[in-house]
Amino acid sequence: MRIAESISDAADGLDYPTGFVPALLDPGRATPALVAGPRGKAANKRFNVYRNNVTVSLIDALAAAFPATMRITGETFFRAMARFHVRETPPTSPLLFEYGRDFPNFIERYEYAQSMPWLADVARVERAWLDAYHAADAPVLPPNALTLFPVEALGDAVLEAHPSTRLVCSAYPAVTIFSANRESGPVGRIEARQPESALVTRPALDVEVRRLSPGADAFLGSLLSAESLGSAAATARARCPEFDLATAIVVMLEAGAFTAIR
Amino acid sequence: MAKLAIHADRGASEGSRFPAHPIDGLAGTSFKHQHITSILEDQAAKRGFFEVHAENYMGEGGPPHAALARIRQDYPVSLHGVRMSIGGPQPLDKTHLGRFAGLIERYEPALVSEHLAWSTHDTTYYNDLLPLPYTEATLRRVADHIDEVQETIKRPILLENPSTYLLFKESTMSETAFIRELVRRTGCGLLLDVNNVFVSATNHGFSALDYLADYPLEHVGEIHLAGHTEQEDDEGDLLLIDSHDGPVADAVWTLFDIVIGRCGPLPTLIEWDSAIPDWPVLKAEAIAAQAILDRHSGALLRGRSYAHR
Repeated sequence: MRIAESISDAADGLDYPTGFVPALLDPGRATPALVAGPRGKAANKRFNVYRNNVTVSLIDALAAAFPATMRITGETFFRAMARFHVRETPPTSPLLFEYGRDFPNFIERYEYAQSMPWLADVARVERAWLDAYHAADAPVLPPNALTLFPVEALGDAVLEAHPSTRLVCSAYPAVTIFSANRESGPVGRIEARQPESALVTRPALDVEVRRLSPGADAFLGSLLSAESLGSAAATARARCPEFDLATAIVVMLEAGAFTAIR
Repeated sequence: MAKLAIHADRGASEGSRFPAHPIDGLAGTSFKHQHITSILEDQAAKRGFFEVHAENYMGEGGPPHAALARIRQDYPVSLHGVRMSIGGPQPLDKTHLGRFAGLIERYEPALVSEHLAWSTHDTTYYNDLLPLPYTEATLRRVADHIDEVQETIKRPILLENPSTYLLFKESTMSETAFIRELVRRTGCGLLLDVNNVFVSATNHGFSALDYLADYPLEHVGEIHLAGHTEQEDDEGDLLLIDSHDGPVADAVWTLFDIVIGRCGPLPTLIEWDSAIPDWPVLKAEAIAAQAILDRHSGALLRGRSYAHR
């Protein structure tokens, strides 16, 4: 709000949120002086209802958005971690499914999560999953689309990403860990040690998460920046000599990662 | 979800995209996605309506819209805004208001409602329905906000009375006087949450019947019923929490019966938003509400209908 408006609101008795909100996310602060209980009653426990509603509902929102992350850490650990994040970075949008974009970075520097260096990447896959879930609907480029495109023009062709497509690069086996913990079944010992990047798509109504082969993440990253197929393939080969162009294209088209070719 | 088709025919509308389902005299429930298969298989559930929280459908696409479009084909839908922050002093978020208007255009809801509360201050969103002082200054500001919403969506909203746990020392008028004056100034209708009346009456030590006697019942276009839980205040007295996590309390059913006796069979919603039970349990609450509505079906609606046709 503009400063002049704020000053005028204060004069009009319209600055009640300014007195109300500081204690909402800070249990160390006293109950605001502007509120009371009825007939001279105290308002501490009464104000705590709002404190509790705000903090607990936001922790619940993170728990709902990051179920695999919570399964890995356990609920008590997760909710304590989420509480720190909620107080440090409350949401700025009334759309709760937008919340938690900063949560993976918070996990990365959270003192008690340092023994799980891959945890932040699992959270990044889950955040991408939620983005894909709410993304705009769009037709998917069919798997045979490239065979129908003039061969001589393929190198210069640009693929348009489907609105749901997300790429999460990881130095850890993030997709294996995500997949093992996203469902409620038993989790065996995870043997994977290789870095895994995730391709997240929603070709129709179900979100799909795939492991990308080495170099395919760099390839997809270039395509998502609207680089041509030829240029993206060159980048991937330079980055990763064993990059397999044909396999990468098949996997991405099967995933429904693109909506058009031009 | 797999059996739902994505509707690709959005965009320029040619008249109505959904059937007109009348909502008058019906009991409905909150729409929860885990119930959709049960609802679609439940042919006996064809009488009723569903209410959704507008913010849950403000993403661009995906399963939420597919589910809502499917339900809207067969049922009247009530669009319940939760986070417009109408009761806050700062200007309404134009982007949010635009999204709200877009949903109304897209789904043609029978009823549209919002809360007398606020949830955003500066740029922080608090995810709760926070209370406001009732003064001449807040009255003017809230009336301006309701005017802006109604001008944008080109129809009246139903404003819901809050459940509150504390009061503001600076308040100079009662909640009922505040609400009555908002109706007079803006032409909005009212969503009377009977559980909220009971919760606030208990928490503040006033009579729920006195509140209803002072409340402009002739402007009510929808009723909400929900469950609450019990805590204690600083003095060890009962403090009720509007938790929406259980069945409607007996005392709230009694108040509801009195309200419907006075108002006639208004569209009535069972709200259940956490610890959500299986569909038959939720439906049973709606059937109980429908029985009371049907018992008073001979009564004329006392006020006007706010339902979109």
